[in-house]
Amino acid sequence: MGAGDALQRLIEESAQIEAACMFDADGTTEASTLTDESATRSLVEAARALVSEAENRPRDPDAGPLAQLEVATHDGSVFVVREGDRAVVAVTKPEPTVGLVFYDLKSCLRTTRGETNSRPRRRGADSEEASTSETAA
Amino acid sequence: MRLLRKLLGFFALVGVAFAAIVVYRRRFAVRKERVDLYYEDGSLVSLEEGSAGAERLLAHAHDAVASARAA
Repeated sequence: MGAGDALQRLIEESAQIEAACMFDADGTTEASTLTDESATRSLVEAARALVSEAENRPRDPDAGPLAQLEVATHDGSVFVVREGDRAVVAVTKPEPTVGLVFYDLKSCLRTTRGETNSRPRRRGADSEEASTSETAA
Repeated sequence: MRLLRKLLGFFALVGVAFAAIVVYRRRFAVRKERVDLYYEDGSLVSLEEGSAGAERLLAHAHDAVASARAA
């Protein structure tokens, strides 16, 4: 699935997410739900500044790199989820269901990487194993 | 009997006061803005509005919300 389709599905399925953009490490926008190009650019720049600022904070060396962040403001929340060189930023209404938004954003990133295609195969493998053990029993 | 009535009145008053405090806090308490940073080992650092380093992150987040709603 392409990044644009994945973001479109994300917006349709999550009532909490108002806007989302997918971008890579050098700030190139892969896809956006915003129609305005300058708004997309501003959103991506703000997301990159957030990540950069967060990474520059002193932290436990064993903690590893920053994986995701949420900033809750009175006007709404900003989420950034990273996977490798790619990231997705989303803006939600105030007080969203944090776990659900993170889950949706991770799924969106994985969908565009093609990981969701491997899921049914894994389930199929599990069910094959289950049927084999049932047969053996 | 009179003492029992006084005691009941006292406990009722305490109960009403407690309920009023709970309702007030839920309705009027201003939620603070906050930043939650999640690292790859599963650890979480939470920064509240006013804490060191939170202000710059909050400023970027305000920019992001404004950009998303400007379109």
